[in-house]
Amino acid sequence: MDDRFFVHREEYPITAGDFSAAGDASARIKYVLRKLGIDSALVRRAAIAAYESEINMVIHSAGGTLTLTVDRDTIRLLARDRGPGIPDIDLAMQEGYSTATEAIRELGFGAGMGLPNMRRCSDRFTIRSSPGGTVIDMEFTIGKESG
Amino acid sequence: MEREVFFACGSDLMSDVLAYVGQQTLLLTGLTNAQVLRTAEMTDVSAIVFVRGKKPGEELRSMARALGIALMSTGLTMYEACGTLYMQGLPGRMPGHG
Ligand SMILES: Nc1ncnc2c1ncn2[C@@H]1O[C@H](COP(=O)(O)OP(=O)(O)OP(=O)(O)O)[C@@H](O)[C@H]1O
Ligand SMILES: [Mg+2]
Repeated sequence: MDDRFFVHREEYPITAGDFSAAGDASARIKYVLRKLGIDSALVRRAAIAAYESEINMVIHSAGGTLTLTVDRDTIRLLARDRGPGIPDIDLAMQEGYSTATEAIRELGFGAGMGLPNMRRCSDRFTIRSSPGGTVIDMEFTIGKESG
Repeated sequence: MEREVFFACGSDLMSDVLAYVGQQTLLLTGLTNAQVLRTAEMTDVSAIVFVRGKKPGEELRSMARALGIALMSTGLTMYEACGTLYMQGLPGRMPGHG
């Protein structure tokens, strides 16, 4: 393919409840991935997954971090928050399951689509959760789209 | 500003848009918060129509300018606006997409 052997790593703090800043980290992630010359369809998938995880941390968690790591073959997005965790992950992964409040719905979120969409967008998806926090690890394979 | 779209999607649920919208799609919505712009940015939506006479504020307009996203407003309801565009031949999702 080409001979880029870069490793790129950035970490963004995500503040709970700050709806006006929600999406800033994902916007930056999308910008960085584009700058690195990654295929636009892959950038789009990663950006959507990043944004869904960022919004979830803003809405449902006490805040956390979103970490982007890019090497030659893989984009990795690691979302880590400080709780309160997801009591039933199987239930939360179902399309349509949401505990979002009416106020959140009025802002356009809370359809229960975020976690299933993150899984669909990523090439590898793992989630674990405890009252101390939720960790979502997503990987995207570079070079798949183009051939 | 000129943007070419081949599909359209009408929704007030941004998480539905994030899950279902394809490439080169026009978004119709009744919401005018910053997350609509963020959602458009992430999904490569290049044009948005605000329905029911909703007008985006200055914050949204400058955000859209920076992102190169075209903003439009119509007095039609979501149902009417979608129906009008559909009758003019603008389809929904690509067949088999998603
Ligand atoms: N980081 C998190 N911390 C705690 N709970 C979470 C977290 N992420 C998701 N959840 C729980 O899992 C549910 C499902 O999440 P999902 O993202 O699928 O839907 P949603 O955020 O409610 O709505 P949407 O993503 O469609 O806007 C949430 O309603 C919430 O109860
Ligand atoms: Mg969500």
